Order: sequence, then C-alpha cells, then structure tokens
Amino acid sequence: MNPRITMAVTGRVLSQLRRDHRTLAMLLVLPCLLMTLLWWMYNDSGPIFDRIGPALLAIFPFIVMFLVTSVTTLRERSSGTLERLLAMPMGKLDFLVGYAVAFGVVAALQSVLAVGVSVGLLGLEIVGHVWLLTLVAVVDATLGTALGLFVSAFARTEFQAVQFMPAIVVPQILLCGLLVPRDSMPDVLGAISDVLPLSYAVDAMTHLTVSSSAGEVWGDLVVVAAFVLAGLALGAATLRRRTA
Amino acid sequence: MMKSTVEVSGLTVVRGGRPVLTGLDLVIGKGVTGLLGPSGCGKSTLLRSIVGVQRVDSGTVSVLGEPAGSAPLRDRIGYVTQDSSVYLDLSVTENLRFFARVLGVGADEVDRAVEAVDLTSHRDALAGNLSGGQLSRVSLAVALLGKPDLLVLDEPTVGLDPVLRRDLWELFHRIADAGATVLVSSHVMDEAERCDRLLLMREGRIIADDTPAAIKAAAGADDIETAFLALVEASPA
Repeated sequence: MNPRITMAVTGRVLSQLRRDHRTLAMLLVLPCLLMTLLWWMYNDSGPIFDRIGPALLAIFPFIVMFLVTSVTTLRERSSGTLERLLAMPMGKLDFLVGYAVAFGVVAALQSVLAVGVSVGLLGLEIVGHVWLLTLVAVVDATLGTALGLFVSAFARTEFQAVQFMPAIVVPQILLCGLLVPRDSMPDVLGAISDVLPLSYAVDAMTHLTVSSSAGEVWGDLVVVAAFVLAGLALGAATLRRRTA
Repeated sequence: MMKSTVEVSGLTVVRGGRPVLTGLDLVIGKGVTGLLGPSGCGKSTLLRSIVGVQRVDSGTVSVLGEPAGSAPLRDRIGYVTQDSSVYLDLSVTENLRFFARVLGVGADEVDRAVEAVDLTSHRDALAGNLSGGQLSRVSLAVALLGKPDLLVLDEPTVGLDPVLRRDLWELFHRIADAGATVLVSSHVMDEAERCDRLLLMREGRIIADDTPAAIKAAAGADDIETAFLALVEASPA
C-alpha cells in the first residue's frame, strides 16, 4: 500500500461526490428525514421510538453506504477506469481503502447529522455517551461500504448490484433483533443472527440506550470492525489485474 | 540498450471458449508500429496481453525485459483502451491530476499532456460534456503522463477530425523520436502509411510484418488495402 495513492483515490471520490449534489443531499438529509418519520409514527405510542430509534441509527447508514458503494465501484469496473488503474502502480488495497476512507468521511457526516437530529430535536433518550453512538454509526456505515465493495465483484451490471440489497441487507435487518429480540428467536435463526455483522451493530446501539457502561459496546464494535476488515480483504481478492 | 521492446512467443488466448490468438510470435522495436486488421481479428486481445491485463492461456510476453504485467512495468506503459476509461463526472484537469498522483508525477506533466492532445481550451470542462473524439484525447493524455517507454493505443484515432488525426500521428512520431515505442491499432487501412512498421492481422494471425512500402512491394499492390486482400487470398484458408 502507498499512502499517496490511497489518498489520491479518497480525494477523487470525494470530489466526484461534491459534484453530485443530488446524491450528497440524499446521503446527508435522508437518514434525518427517516428518523423524523419514525418519531412521528410512534409519537402517540409511548417509548417505542426510544427502543427502536437507536437500532435504525445503525441500520440506515449501513443500507445507504452499501448501495452507494456497490453501484459506484461497479461503475468503476464497467467504465474501464478500474482496468486502467490496475495497470498503473495502484495496489488493490490502495483502491479499496481509498474508497472506504472517502465513504467513511461521508458516513461520519451523515451519522453526526442523524444522531444530532434524533437526540437534539426528536428527544431520543440515550443513557450512554452520544459520541460513542456516533462512532458506532460510522463503523456501521463502513461495514456497508466494505460489503458493498465485496458484492460489486459479483454483479455485471448496476441493475444486478442493486438486487444484492434484498439478498445481503434485508436478512440482516430481519435477524438483527429489531423485530424480534435475538434471544427469543428459534435456535437456528439465533445462531445465524450471531454470525451476521449487523446484529452486533444493533446490539451496540441498543446497549447504549439502556446503559452507560462502554465495555460491551467496544466488544460489539470490535466484531463489526473485524467484519469490515474481512470485507475489504475479500474485496481485494476479487479485484483481478488480469481479466478474460 | 535492448533493441526490442516487446517480445511475444507462443501466445495463446482463449476467450469464451473460442481461440482468439494461437501460438503467436512477435517482436516489436522502437518507432511507431501499426497493428492493422479488421474488427474482431484479435488486435485488442494482443494489446491487452502486452499491457498485462489479459488472462493468457499459454506463451510468454515480455516488455522492456520484464514479464508483461509485472510491477516494475506499471509506470512505464501508457495504455489507451477503446473505452474512454476516465471519470465523466470530473473535469479534464481533475482526471489528469488524479492519474498523475497515482503515477507520482508532477502537475507540470498534467499541463504538458493537456497541451499535447490540444485540449487546453477544454481543460476545465467536465469529461461527460465532451464529444467522443475529445474524450478519447483525454484518455490519450492520461496515457502520456510520466513519459512512458511504451505507449499502447487501441484505436486512438477513431471518429476524429482528419486534421486532428494528422496532428496525433505527428505526436506519436515525436514521442517515438524521443526514444519510446509506440504501438497503435487501427481498423482503418489508410492509417497504415503513417507507421514506421506495420503488422497486418487477420483471424488471430499476423499475416504481414514489415514496412508499409515493403508490404506493398511484396504484394505488388499500390495501397495497403489491396496488399491485405492479396495476402489473404494467397494464404491457405
């Protein structure tokens, strides 16, 4: 890896995003609007917003970053720019980490805004530290980026890439403990839930709503971070300098 | 100094179950070499093998004394594919600055490359708003960054204005005169006269390899297109 090349990729991805006002607006505003919608839905139903709000703060950045990343990297593969870069002195990890850092920056902004709106305006009750909540959201977004990078290798078109969302993302949302607590699921599903990264992200968020002790949150974060690294490593393995 | 830049031996490439190149042998030296043949004859596959981005079934390709595609070659080869291979949502200079940073060359190289392809007046335009010809020149400018020892250009002059096409061929010769090897593919036979050396290709085989004048003389033809036809008819099917 070469820091100059990695940062060149990050800088380029960020200037592309800066040009794309519509995508930028969607990335930054949409999670805030969705949290507001959720708050409104449960406005008359007691403390439900406080229970599921944090889980959704983990899920939104994950979904958005998964979609954005899988489509942009696929575009890079199909436009020929990836082939050109890999014929240059560009390491595979330079490319992937460059992307992950760029989208990590966007994810941090997105999470700060969504957490700010939820805690500041919508009165979401958090017992733990707010900064830790933001950190969990950023790591979740990076998880979405890493998985998005990985699946883009298995899609030939942007059309196919989008279809990976129901395949990879929706099962994780169903099994992460948002709908049914993870310990009340049938044993088999509980076991599956234990090996899905989003479960740990949501656990970390839920923990922050009920407790101010940070130990378990860090444990969950380490698991999610390990999945991020594994996703990047698998993504690097799917990048080929020589193709048919 | 080595005489040949590219040495291909016994190169076989199968794509989609169909052999595209079979046991190809070839040596390419300095100067401007044209690779001419009809669309689908294997030109791009051969160029991709030389750049080292093509999965090869057997045979060897060496470039500047190193195996094709190996790490020491990655900043010594400029490669232009038939796709534009630039970012349409960035300006001409933003594209070039990015690739210059990847290659580790300075900003002066960006200015030089933009001037070389005559895009100075469009340097701040978004690549996506350029015409097809302008876009292929942006791609060419990227390949010129850092003065590579080998330029591999896959149909760089397709769809260009004749004046511009002439200017680009002059540029290729200036680059070659400065000591680089330039390998240009084309399916337009009238570009043949502009090359120092010509490789005529058909159905994955090199059917002629000489100067344009020598190829015409050997076939007893006045132009390359007639010579190509004579060579095809003379060779066993």
